[in-house]
Amino acid sequence: MSKHETKVTAEPGKQEIWIEREFDAPRELVFKVTTDPEYIVQWWGPKEYTTTIDKADIKSGGQWRFIHHANGQDFGFHGVYHEVLSPERVIDTFEWEGLPEKGHVILETSRYEELPEGRTKLKIQQVFQSVQDRDGMIASGQKKGMEESYERMDEILAKIK
Amino acid sequence: MNPQTLQTLAQPNRLDIVELLYKGPRSVNDIVDRLHLNQPQVSKHLRILADAGIVEVEPLAQQRFYRLKPQPFKALDGWLEKYRQMWNGKFDKLDTVLKKEMKKRK
Repeated sequence: MSKHETKVTAEPGKQEIWIEREFDAPRELVFKVTTDPEYIVQWWGPKEYTTTIDKADIKSGGQWRFIHHANGQDFGFHGVYHEVLSPERVIDTFEWEGLPEKGHVILETSRYEELPEGRTKLKIQQVFQSVQDRDGMIASGQKKGMEESYERMDEILAKIK
Repeated sequence: MNPQTLQTLAQPNRLDIVELLYKGPRSVNDIVDRLHLNQPQVSKHLRILADAGIVEVEPLAQQRFYRLKPQPFKALDGWLEKYRQMWNGKFDKLDTVLKKEMKKRK
């Protein structure tokens, strides 16, 4: 299985982010592993996180709540499925519970496109309530990355001591 | 990442100017001709772009040429890169799950 690049597009001044990635698996399988709780726990978090599922009523009108666990801390995320249309489209809302203020909700549309030779392209559009919300979300990833590199630096320093 | 860079680029005329300068340095008159804006407008936007550290001026003969500075774009790239890496990490794990499932089916 070859490794594919993830493409992320965020134009200045817009409220949206586009995320695109190809997979070497047929569309109905990609749809299945991204909408079945048994599989979601295996991939949904960034690599250093484990994920547990509080609620996963994956059908149109259903609710979801997933929790990330890392370094003894829990981070909750929740939303509702507006539409689950197998195997082509999922529309849901997404809110991170770690923000100081409630109500900063993202509208996510995931489109599963069939490609030749049993491959699939997944296109995710995230629409934020404001440009600030979007830029803040991207910046939070950067902050996390910086914290990680500081932690790694601490580890290296501890070894040198 | 300087949030000012994004705010500055969010104005469509300024983004047009930046896209034009991406192809190479240009004089104010050249920008005016190509983008069909008037000169005071272009000068105003260039001043804002210069203040944000996005463009710099180079005097050449009787004219002033504007060109892009690379630093803010490098910062912008790094800003999005972390978010991209986060998704990439998730998708790499998804690849592994898909691979396992494909094997089971064979």
